Amino acid sequence: MTGQGHRGFWSTLGGRQDLGSGPGFWVAFAIVARRLLVSPLFGSPFYLSNLAVFFIYVPMGLGLCLLWGYAGILSFGQAAFFGIAGYVYGIIAQNLSLTPLGSLAGVAVAISATVIGAALFGYFVFYGQVSAWIIPLLTLVLSLILETFMAQTAGYQWRVGHVLLGGYNGMTGIPSIKIGELEFGGASVALYLLTVICMLVAYLGLRLLVNSHYGYVVVGVRDDVERTRMLGYNVARIQVTVFALAAGLAGLSGVLYVSWGNYINPASMGLYAATLPVIWTAVGGRSSLLAVALSTVGLKWLADTLAVRGGGNAFLIMGALLLATMLFFPAGIVVSLARLWRR
Amino acid sequence: MSVPYVVSLLYQYADNLAFLLLAALGLMIILGVIDVINLAHGELIMLGAYITTLAYHRAHLPLPVCVLLSVIGVGAFGMFLERTVIRRFYKDKLGALVATWGISLILSQGMLLLLGPSLIAVPLPEWTLSYAGYSFGGYRLLLFAGAILVVLVAWWVFYRTRFGVRTRATMQNAQMSQALGVDTRRIYLYTFGAGSALAGLTGALYAPTTTIVPLMGTTFVDVAFITVVVGGGANPILGALTSAALLASISAPLSSVLGTFMGRIGLLVTALVIIRFLPRGLSGYFQDLQRRRMAGVRA
Repeated sequence: MTGQGHRGFWSTLGGRQDLGSGPGFWVAFAIVARRLLVSPLFGSPFYLSNLAVFFIYVPMGLGLCLLWGYAGILSFGQAAFFGIAGYVYGIIAQNLSLTPLGSLAGVAVAISATVIGAALFGYFVFYGQVSAWIIPLLTLVLSLILETFMAQTAGYQWRVGHVLLGGYNGMTGIPSIKIGELEFGGASVALYLLTVICMLVAYLGLRLLVNSHYGYVVVGVRDDVERTRMLGYNVARIQVTVFALAAGLAGLSGVLYVSWGNYINPASMGLYAATLPVIWTAVGGRSSLLAVALSTVGLKWLADTLAVRGGGNAFLIMGALLLATMLFFPAGIVVSLARLWRR
Repeated sequence: MSVPYVVSLLYQYADNLAFLLLAALGLMIILGVIDVINLAHGELIMLGAYITTLAYHRAHLPLPVCVLLSVIGVGAFGMFLERTVIRRFYKDKLGALVATWGISLILSQGMLLLLGPSLIAVPLPEWTLSYAGYSFGGYRLLLFAGAILVVLVAWWVFYRTRFGVRTRATMQNAQMSQALGVDTRRIYLYTFGAGSALAGLTGALYAPTTTIVPLMGTTFVDVAFITVVVGGGANPILGALTSAALLASISAPLSSVLGTFMGRIGLLVTALVIIRFLPRGLSGYFQDLQRRRMAGVRA
């Protein structure tokens, strides 16, 4: 551990806890990032809007990658936190839609709510030192219960302020994020850029985190809980923190999604939605943030394409992809390809 | 409280208890013996319900025969899964959980594509008992009796047969029992088969009471998962029994007063509180108690 604390910013960022290092990688990364940031100069608003929706989910996927790949905690709860953030933002932003800072208050409260909710859930689970299989089960139950609850909130009696929760059909008419005159709506350049920036900051920030001293402790917890505890670290607190951070990233995705579509429904927390982050992380390769970011965008694109082609098979193909990955590429498809290429 | 009211409460309690027991026991036996969570358990239950319904409507077989067919069919399918998929994950238990989740997606969506959004259910056997103005579904009472019978049979197999001794030895120390000549791979195969057969039985027994849709498994697994978490894997039968008894006493009054949803929330909160203090569940707690008592006797 001694050397880790004294390294500089750049060598920490380029550390070994993720794929990609050296000047070649960072030049390529800069080119891609620049391309993403200047593409509004070329594309139509419709094209940008379609592109943004692939990137919106990246923070949520990266959150699960951190949680499962680096901390060893498998969770089906990312979609639940995504949905909680979306609904909380919807309630606040819509109630305060006439005030200038209403939507920003919505963002702040929504993400705080997911972080606090996750920390509370995590307190019960991690301070009890439960077996690893309990967390996926309970988070799956949490998703199912939230979906069932929101699906039955149809009707006028289910409202907060003047906002209807909307039951199975979801909450509609949610205002986009707004700062002064600048509105981050569905087909706007502003939302596209915000999404790309959130994605890049989430990736670089997590990369810094996992290569820092703290990140090595997190990996230590994954590899051997008892050993890390014996070394004097508060394992439960680390686990709760990482769980809450992952939830916050899912919340960020949820807020961006609602600002993009002005709409959220119970299915966003349901069975299929809860599965998707797990599939992105498994297929990409949970040992690498970069791989998960790529697979999130790629699989989201695949799912949308399948849905356009006729829908019904999406579940089947995603399930088969997950099973095949676990059987034949347990390290993840993107990570396996990267290893093959490096050899 | 009048006597008839208490009787109706007991009836609801028995109904809840039977549901929790039947939904969770197979999952728990697999967890206890193999230490693997089968996330496709709900879809195996769905498969059981489909086999029963199809056998009843298409082959016109009597209901008990349909139930038997489901038990055998789903049990065999479970053994097939163990041979082809689960076996590869005995060194990576979370991997098994994710892989079975993939299987569950394939099964539910495959069934939707194969047989459409729903089947016509098997008609509920219509005998009711009336008592002081309340009427009780006879089939529900039968389900309760069935659940108790299943627990008794499982107990008998675990504690009174040669197979049970070997299984318990494998649970305690797989390597040691292997060294003593127990074929643990075979134990795992049969255990997974038995757990799946129980899922098939659950699906078959509840087929007349619910709508037969490809996603019906989820209505069983959310409570089954909570029952498993609260019960723990240390002793599947004792764990399932005590956990279901406790949870039914929470969900029965909550769901009859405040609705099914509040019942589920109550279960989740109970599970969170219990694992905070008893992380290995009720059966883990009993095991610790027993060990402490044995240690006390020796000293």
